[in-house]
Amino acid sequence: MTDRILSVIELQILWNRLIAIVEEQAQTLMRTAFNPIVRESGDLSAGLFDIKGRMIAQAVTGTPGHVNTMANSVRYFLEKYPLEDMHPEDIYLTNDPWKAAGHLNDFMLVRPCFHEGELIGFTSCTSHLADLGGLGFGPDGSDVLDEGLFVPIFKLVDAGKLDETFISILKANSRVPIEVEGDTYALISCVECGSRRTSECMASIGITNLSQIADYIIDTSRERTKGLINKLPRGEYKYSMTVDGYDDPLELCATMIIDEGEIIVDFAGSSGRSEKGINCPLNYASAYVCFGLKCAIAPDIPNNEGALEPLKITAPENSITNAQFPAPVAMRHVVGQLLPDVVFGCLHQASPGLVPAEGTCCLWDLPLRGGYSGNKTGEATRFATELVHNGGTGARPGKDGLSATAFPSGVMGSLVEITESVSPLIIWRREYRCDSGGAGKFRGGLGQVLEVSCIENAPISLFAALDRIHHPPRGREGGKNGERGVIKLSNGNEFRPKGEQVIPAGERLIVLTPGGAGYGNPQDRDPEMIKSDIDFGLISPERANADYGFSK
Amino acid sequence: MAQNSKTVRLAADIGGTFTDIVLEARDRLFTAKVPTDVVNPERGILNGVEVVLRNSALKPEDVGVFIHGTTLATNALIERKGVKTALITTAGFRDSLEIAYESRYDQFDLMIERPQQLIPRNLRYTVKERMNVNGEALVSLDEDTVTALIKPIRDEQVGAVAVGLLHSYANPDHENRIREILLEHGCEAEISLSSEVCPEVREFERLMTTACNAYVQPIMATYLRDLKQAFVEKGFACPIFLMTSGGGMTILQNAVQFPIRLVESGPSGGAVLAAKIARDLGEDKVLSFDMGGTTAKISLIRDFSPQTARNFEIARSARFQKGSGMPVRIPVIEMIEIGAGGGSIAQVDGVGRLQIGPESAGADPGAACYGKGGYRATVTDANVLMGRIDPDAFAEGKMKLDTRASEIAINNDVSKPLGTTDAQSAFGITEMVEENMANAARIHSVEHGVNLSDFTMIAFGGGGPLHAVRLAEKLGMNRVIIPANSSVGSAMGFLHAPVSYEVVQSMYTTLSGFDFKKVNATVNAISAEAHSIVEQGAKDAERLEIRTAYMRYTGQGHEIQVPLPLRNLSVEDIDQIKSTYDECYGQLYGRTIPERDIEILSWSVVVSSKVDQSNATSDTVVTNLEKPKNNRQVFIPSEQAYQDTQTLWRPSLAASELITGPTLVEEPQTTTFITGNFAGKLDRQKNLILDHKTS
Repeated sequence: MTDRILSVIELQILWNRLIAIVEEQAQTLMRTAFNPIVRESGDLSAGLFDIKGRMIAQAVTGTPGHVNTMANSVRYFLEKYPLEDMHPEDIYLTNDPWKAAGHLNDFMLVRPCFHEGELIGFTSCTSHLADLGGLGFGPDGSDVLDEGLFVPIFKLVDAGKLDETFISILKANSRVPIEVEGDTYALISCVECGSRRTSECMASIGITNLSQIADYIIDTSRERTKGLINKLPRGEYKYSMTVDGYDDPLELCATMIIDEGEIIVDFAGSSGRSEKGINCPLNYASAYVCFGLKCAIAPDIPNNEGALEPLKITAPENSITNAQFPAPVAMRHVVGQLLPDVVFGCLHQASPGLVPAEGTCCLWDLPLRGGYSGNKTGEATRFATELVHNGGTGARPGKDGLSATAFPSGVMGSLVEITESVSPLIIWRREYRCDSGGAGKFRGGLGQVLEVSCIENAPISLFAALDRIHHPPRGREGGKNGERGVIKLSNGNEFRPKGEQVIPAGERLIVLTPGGAGYGNPQDRDPEMIKSDIDFGLISPERANADYGFSK
Repeated sequence: MAQNSKTVRLAADIGGTFTDIVLEARDRLFTAKVPTDVVNPERGILNGVEVVLRNSALKPEDVGVFIHGTTLATNALIERKGVKTALITTAGFRDSLEIAYESRYDQFDLMIERPQQLIPRNLRYTVKERMNVNGEALVSLDEDTVTALIKPIRDEQVGAVAVGLLHSYANPDHENRIREILLEHGCEAEISLSSEVCPEVREFERLMTTACNAYVQPIMATYLRDLKQAFVEKGFACPIFLMTSGGGMTILQNAVQFPIRLVESGPSGGAVLAAKIARDLGEDKVLSFDMGGTTAKISLIRDFSPQTARNFEIARSARFQKGSGMPVRIPVIEMIEIGAGGGSIAQVDGVGRLQIGPESAGADPGAACYGKGGYRATVTDANVLMGRIDPDAFAEGKMKLDTRASEIAINNDVSKPLGTTDAQSAFGITEMVEENMANAARIHSVEHGVNLSDFTMIAFGGGGPLHAVRLAEKLGMNRVIIPANSSVGSAMGFLHAPVSYEVVQSMYTTLSGFDFKKVNATVNAISAEAHSIVEQGAKDAERLEIRTAYMRYTGQGHEIQVPLPLRNLSVEDIDQIKSTYDECYGQLYGRTIPERDIEILSWSVVVSSKVDQSNATSDTVVTNLEKPKNNRQVFIPSEQAYQDTQTLWRPSLAASELITGPTLVEEPQTTTFITGNFAGKLDRQKNLILDHKTS
């Protein structure tokens, strides 16, 4: 059936409505999910696809790691299930890291969307489940099968009938069976809500298929993205960054080619895959690369197939950014979150003044456990909690970096009083880390200092997956490096960036999160800004003198 | 205070542009709208009061009660025009206020700015002390570290001091002692303690609330005392009450101490009015929709009570984005605020998409058609171009609108870039702004687990009636009510507010290890506090009390409100509390987690005076403006064309006269646009009741 031709105004109103529908989908998921990281920090994504599997709208609420892992994923489902066999009440599921969102903990659901009896598209959503068995959520697996239950694409709901066998297997394979079951139901209601709303919206406008609006959205977004790319100088730009890795440092090398209407980023020359679970499948690495590119070039273009099409990401097989099955990938975000900085390094050569200096990038989250038998405590309270904190972001062209702020992740930091109400921990200090922001015409954002101890005088374990400890963020255009991160005991012993380590009874854990790097020559910094930094205690008079040659 | 229909009640709402005055004497109602006096707001009030007294032939001593709401505190926070304020906090936590949530309010914007700090780092002082979560001192207060602050606070000429120590909600001793020491040393700054302003767990929000309170407190204290003085001099003998963000009113002394509770009092008055109308008409599921010049506000009213919350974000700086303002924890009527009003500017963005707001032309220069130097296309211009607003009768005919200017602005800003006709562009602007509001309303309903299709909309504000019916269509709502006197809705609402006070106190316990003794002591103490404040304002009135626990599954992020029985709790109550929790949780999230333990973080008591519902305020004020029924060309969306459309003059409409859309119903301050799908009539109270024709 052919629809009447929609006017530009109607197309735009419809586009706006479709974005609102996926946003409502995301909010539904956020409200009904059990996992706190989904509810508090929006570790999820929700999207709407046309009948060809092209993404036409994605919720703004979500995490950068899902920016385009989702965009490509629906096609895998279409390969397995032919359109003609689909039923209006089918729902498909997978957590295949190479097809969904980069690690097993992310479940992805797809539901065919019918309108007046005809298949017109798909709704999809992804969110993070707390535990799927295996070694638990950490970097220590040697292959993906150590990391939990692997679910290939299958029909979770067959013509309205839920696969109860799967739910029982899922629950039997999780340390938190009630939560993962609840999260699976939340995902189901999320895709159902999207399908229903899309059909209602089509009815109110009086159309029978999405082809006009899909073409309009994708063509408009593609052309606009290409137009923005064409404003950048063409050429080939290389940048590399050395980061901490698991045991050995990793090289992240990128070559960016800016060409007529497209950007190609290739990771040839980067380190091979790690033995431990910090590897990225290419879809996940691409997500963070595209996120970095979008921030710098096209922040206002809504996410969809057209907006992403001009961005092409490649990497050699079995490198750290294109790990193949069965590489362990659980903590792929530790590397993924560093990739926007690599992208910025290339873009800066193409167009100085567009992107910030290097920053902390990875989250400084501190999973702490105590009272377990491994700690030989006996009477200590058993607890497991996660303190989530951040370092500074890189200085920006024209502005200082942001202190103690998450980038690229959007996770929220923990509050001291809440942490202390749910665990026997005492946080003795949480404030800006003086002198940690890299000097420059614009100063890097400051890291923070945290001091943590157990009030019960019992040992606690830290499960670290941190970076920027041996390799600090580097400055741009003469700006100085930010301070490296440090994690140590009050007796001075330093911890490794990754792996389980014990804080003995009576010791405090001292955490210094990294500072962002500076931008531009420190000599060019406005003396008033230096003076204000000294007055506010953000830099010491000694460092003001050493870095800026400033004395009052 | 005896709140019966014989009392003459006076209400004043100071907004950014206008001060609205309403006087209710028996069943007569008198209103005035006067310009806000920015320098001496009390003078503006008195000017308006003079008008209504004259019209009603009453004298100051006849007035039984005066209820006042003001944006003064809000504006001081938005414009950062409070007093120089210092913070005293626990050593090691100097930056809690600034570090906030460590997140960015805009995911893709590399150049975002953190909100400007109310208290800069050099005025954030620390003292040696530390409480634990149970209120036990791990480190006792080192008083020398307090006395060391006397000199810097004096030298810096600080006007207010916010004191916020870790876990002070569990034990305020150290904060109290700090205040004593400051006063002993002759500190002249006003002091706000976090354990009094906001005794709740979560240090960032508690400190932010305390800092905001301190920042505006000296200004508000001066203003409220001046106001009282001015009223006394004019011969008023009545008590003065202040409208709070929670939809109740409080006594003057309390407002002087906790001015942070006065923010958003205007919008809360609007919601109170909507709740009153909902009760009068027996509408138990209502969406209140208030649209002004810059923003629209939407709130849910169930069983005649507005939805309440404890979080509010003041002064969002970046395009109204969530997270770009200052979150405070005060009792508020929960509202979503959308950057969508008559002044919202329409433009075509870099992707070629039509965008409306949140940028607003405001009242000055205002819409292009105002002819005051504004040249950008706004929602008002679109309404003028489509014939929905009569350019000769805007604002009681006091302002002639320039239709040609609207046309030029829309042509330049929208039609040219999109290649559409001006009529299509104007339609696109109103449709898009209604879409934005509908989308926000849908998300809000998802968050509260309600289905809007069985709700009734009550719309007011200058722009509400113009967009209400189409918004209702988009939301699948079947009934729209446009109350009488909707343009002074907030001040009208003040007349119906109870004297009310809420106290929230954090005290941690779990359902499995319920600490009865401590819980009962805590709840009884805050109950006594709330009663004592309400008693001062409403001595002889019957008082209602509601007790609530803020509960969640252990380890979850946010609590839900669970009602508690009005008695000392004992073992027998636990099962009942658990099942009420399950019910509330299930309503919001669909299902429960039976095996999980439940923890309780905070306790709340609301005490309010019982409001006499019997008053009848049916008469609208007589207006001098008269307009005959006529027809004019109006753009009708369903036809995508201009049509000869009837326009009716509301003041001369007879009750029960049938009104069928498409129609415009005009009144002195606003116009209701009824689409072809709706029809209705005025009821006896002069409310315009519109129903979907098929329902």
